[in-house]
Order: sequence, then structure tokens, then C-alpha cells
Amino acid sequence: MSDILIIGAGECGVRAAFALREAGHEGGIALIGAEPHLPYERPPLSKTAPTAPKIIAEEAGYVEAGIALMRCSRVESINRAERRVRLSDGSALPYKKLLIATGARARRFPGMEAARTLRSLDDARGILDALGPGLRLAIIGGGFIGLELAATARKLGTEVTLVEAAERLMARIVPAEIAEAMAGRHRAEGARLILGTGVAEVRTNGITLADGRIIEADMVVAGVGAEPETRLAAEAGLEVANGIVVDGRLATSDPHIFAAGDCCSFPFNGARVRLESWRCAQDQGAHAARAMLGCEEAYARVPWFWSDQYDLTLQVAGLPDPSLGHVRRDLGGGAFILFQRDDAGRLVSASGVGSGNAVAKDIRLAEMIMEKGLRPDPTQLKDPAVNLKTVLKGVPA
Amino acid sequence: MSEWVDACAVDDVEEEDLIRFDHDGKTFAIYRSPDDDFFATDGICTHEHALLADGLVMDYIIECPKHNGRFDYRTGEAKGAPVCVNLKTYPVKVEDGRVFIDVA
Ligand SMILES: Cc1cc2nc3c(=O)[nH]c(=O)nc-3n(C[C@H](O)[C@H](O)[C@H](O)COP(=O)(O)OP(=O)(O)OC[C@H]3O[C@@H](n4cnc5c(N)ncnc54)[C@H](O)[C@@H]3O)c2cc1C
Ligand code: FES
Repeated sequence: MSDILIIGAGECGVRAAFALREAGHEGGIALIGAEPHLPYERPPLSKTAPTAPKIIAEEAGYVEAGIALMRCSRVESINRAERRVRLSDGSALPYKKLLIATGARARRFPGMEAARTLRSLDDARGILDALGPGLRLAIIGGGFIGLELAATARKLGTEVTLVEAAERLMARIVPAEIAEAMAGRHRAEGARLILGTGVAEVRTNGITLADGRIIEADMVVAGVGAEPETRLAAEAGLEVANGIVVDGRLATSDPHIFAAGDCCSFPFNGARVRLESWRCAQDQGAHAARAMLGCEEAYARVPWFWSDQYDLTLQVAGLPDPSLGHVRRDLGGGAFILFQRDDAGRLVSASGVGSGNAVAKDIRLAEMIMEKGLRPDPTQLKDPAVNLKTVLKGVPA
Repeated sequence: MSEWVDACAVDDVEEEDLIRFDHDGKTFAIYRSPDDDFFATDGICTHEHALLADGLVMDYIIECPKHNGRFDYRTGEAKGAPVCVNLKTYPVKVEDGRVFIDVA
């Protein structure tokens, strides 16, 4: 019998399964995933083509760790009173502790039913394998998935038109200056960007915009965000509010059930947040594993996110707050970082963009400065000659 | 058989930092630890193609710039997800203010 069940064999569920063993758990572990594939990484799906999946761990790894990986298995319901789940084949599995790591699914707004979406390996194969000269691709949504797909498609010579309802790209994720830098690059690479325009109708062969314009296309992909996969939790009577509501330990209102990764809404700095971040999914999976074994610590890792478009990488640590101003650090070669501080002077976010890994080191140091709750001197943040490590260590520069 | 190569001057590497060193079409990373010892590993992450020289050294850990994979640069040991394959390490010696690594 498996005493710990994990629903969802994505980045979070897989990490949790291995972390249970690393933390010394000796009982059974079952990892139940609806997809037919060996668990794979999602980030490459929009960044590389053609699509050879990058798997998270070899099959032998699961066997060695004594993790019962069940593919093509969907959990249909959770019976909290009897502590068991029911699978799509009608069988039932009991649990002592349950982790819900069901992730998120691509959103489609009404009228977008004819558009494809990009979330799974199967989605990616259908889209990426078709890219190349001669294909006219229309993308709805200027978030990071739509933009990464646009970059991948342009690199292969695909004709790309991207439509975004907001006045600028990536409005939810990064400050305007960074979005502008990215928009400039997409235009220079030959992608057509139509901003500030909604979509009236999507057909498989094109889009009608809200202003009546028609975009002819051979393929339409919507990248308009993701919705947390919360149905099981809601039907089991667990609290759901833009994600399965968990406490600092990642426990739900039922002490035997935890939730982590893209599907959960967790407390951070006095607010509730739900992230769609690869590293967060891993970290929360590992944290939930320890919590299921009795660890009382609260999850407190600073959010971190990256996106690759052409040779540019953007990285964000913390949660950018549109109401705060920023301090800019120019790193040369067009790379720059925007830092935000709260009223008390504490660093709350750092967003950077540059070629390759130009911003990586400073973003990572900024993250550690946030973790420590430091109040860095803005003149030091601004000056690229100041090594942020000295700021982190409190050494006078 | 050893094949010692002159990689850099001691002062080319700051304390608790690393530099990139290319030799014979291969990329290496040369580290200087907080207590002034030198180490060498492969210069590319084992997860995807990322130059470790763009990453951050804290104590004895090199963190990959791309997705924060962590390695102990003294042993090459991968310290957990997303990296699971260790980094290859190379013997190092310091002579007359120069750092040599054995690339054999
Ligand atoms: C194209 C793409 C590019 C991305 N790029 C980046 C990036 O550059 N940087 C970044 O930080 N993040 C990126 N992300 C986000 C990142 O991949 C996610 O944050 C991460 O995958 C979340 O992991 P998860 O395990 O919580 O959920 P998921 O990876 O969604 O896994 C959940 C799994 O649960 C399964 N499941 C759901 N319901 C059930 C059920 N009832 N029974 C059984 N199984 C079930 C699903 O089939 C799925 O396999 C990207 C995502 C996509 C789609
Ligand atoms: S490339 Fe190094 S962690 Fe991914």
C-alpha cells in the first residue's frame, strides 16, 4: 500500500516524490499522472523546436527510488472521509497523506475555442512540428508563452502575427521598460505585433480583431494565461480561490491533504499568490514533501521566473509592483535590471533583461538580498561597478 | 598521463568567484574559494547548455545562471534538482602566481 499519494506527475509532483525519499520516508509513494509520457520539463516546449522531450528523470530513477509512477492515470475524485482517491479505471487507492500537484491548464476565452493552446508535450508537437517558412502563425496573447513561441517560430522562418489586448506586452509579469525592450526585439526579428487590440472571433484559418481587421493564418495559438487545475479539490470541499488555498506549510484545510505548484494559492509577504513558475513548482514540491513528513516550517522562498526569447533572457525575482518606482542598473551590451524598493526601503523585486545570462548573477544576488530583508542603498544598486555580493554581505563598498 | 595547462594568473580570479578558461575546443571553469584555494571543473552546466562562468559562487557552491542548478565545485557534486549529473573536476596546481589545470 502506498501511504503517500501524489496527484499530478509534473515538475512539482515529481520533485515531491524524490524529496520524500531524500527526507527519509520509507513507506510507499505513488505518483499518479494523467499524461502518457515519462514526466518532462514544460519550459522547453515553447523555446525549442522540433520537440524531443526533456525528461525530468529516467524511468530507472523512479524504480530505484521506489516511486510507483502511474502514467495515463487520472484521479477522478477524492474521498476525504475514507481517505482514498478514485481513478479513471474505477479502482481506488487509499492514502495517509495526499499531495495535489495538478498544475494548471491553458485558458481559452469564449470565442477562442478554435485556437490551439500550448501546455503539454502533445500540444507542442502539434504546433512546433508545423513551424517553418510558408506557415502563417497567429498568436493571441503577449505573455511569455506567446512571445517565446513567436521567437521560436521566427527563428524557423515562420510568418508571425501576435495580437495583445493590452497596450503592452507581458503586463502581468514585468515592468514596461523591459516589455518595450522585448517588443523592439520581436519587431526587429520580423514578428508583427498588434497591441491594444482585442479579438472578436477566432477561426482555424484566422482571427477577426475587435476593430474589424482580419488576420489570415494557417494556425492560431492562444497564449492567454492558465487556470489552476482545482476541480478535484473543490469537489472534495477544500477551499479554492484562484488556486487551492494552502497555509504556509502548503497544507489545505484538511490536515492530510497538501497542495503545491501551479495549482495552489499560498501566503507570501502578507498576500495570497499563485505562481506559474518552474522553480517554485520544484521548491514547493520539495517543501510539501517535508511538510507531509511533519516539518512545520513555512515556505518562504522568493519567487523567481525566467523567459528566453531569441538570445535574450529575462529574469524576475520577487513580485514587481506597478505602484512602485524603480532604480535602474545598466550592465552594458543593452542589459539592464530594474530594482523596486518598498516604503521601508526593502528590496521587493528585481527584473532584468539581457543577452544570454548577462543579468543572472545580479538577479540571484538581488533575490538573496530580498530573502534577508535588507535595505540596499539605491546608489549601490544603480552602480554596476558595485558588486551586489558586497551589498548582500553588508561589507561597506 | 597528466597534461598540465597554464590557465590563468592567480589574480585573474577574484576570491569566491570563477572565470572561464577555454582550451582545445573545451570550456573549463576555474574557481578561487573563500580560503584562497583553486579548483577547476567543466565550464558548462550538466542540465542544459549554460556557461557556469556567468553564475554565482557562494562559499563552495557554483550556481548555474540559467536555472539555478547548484554544484559543489570542489567535488563536482550536483546538489539537487534541476541538476542531477555531476560536473567533471580537474586537478589544479598553483606555481609562481599561475594556475595550472590537468586537462588529461
Ligand atoms: C510552454 C511553457 C513554457 C514555460 N516556460 C517557463 C519558463 O520559461 N520559466 C518558468 O519559470 N516557468 C515556465 N513555465 C511554467 C512551468 O512549466 C510550470 O510552472 C510548471 O510546470 C508547474 O509545475 P506543476 O507540477 O505545478 O504543474 P504541471 O507541470 O502543469 O503538472 C501537472 C500535471 O498534473 C497532471 N494532472 C492534472 N490533473 C490530474 C488528475 N486529476 N489526475 C492525474 N494527473 C493530473 C497534468 O496532466 C500534468 O501533467 C512554462 C510552462 C509552459 C506550459
Ligand atoms: S542549464 Fe544549468 S540549471 Fe539548467
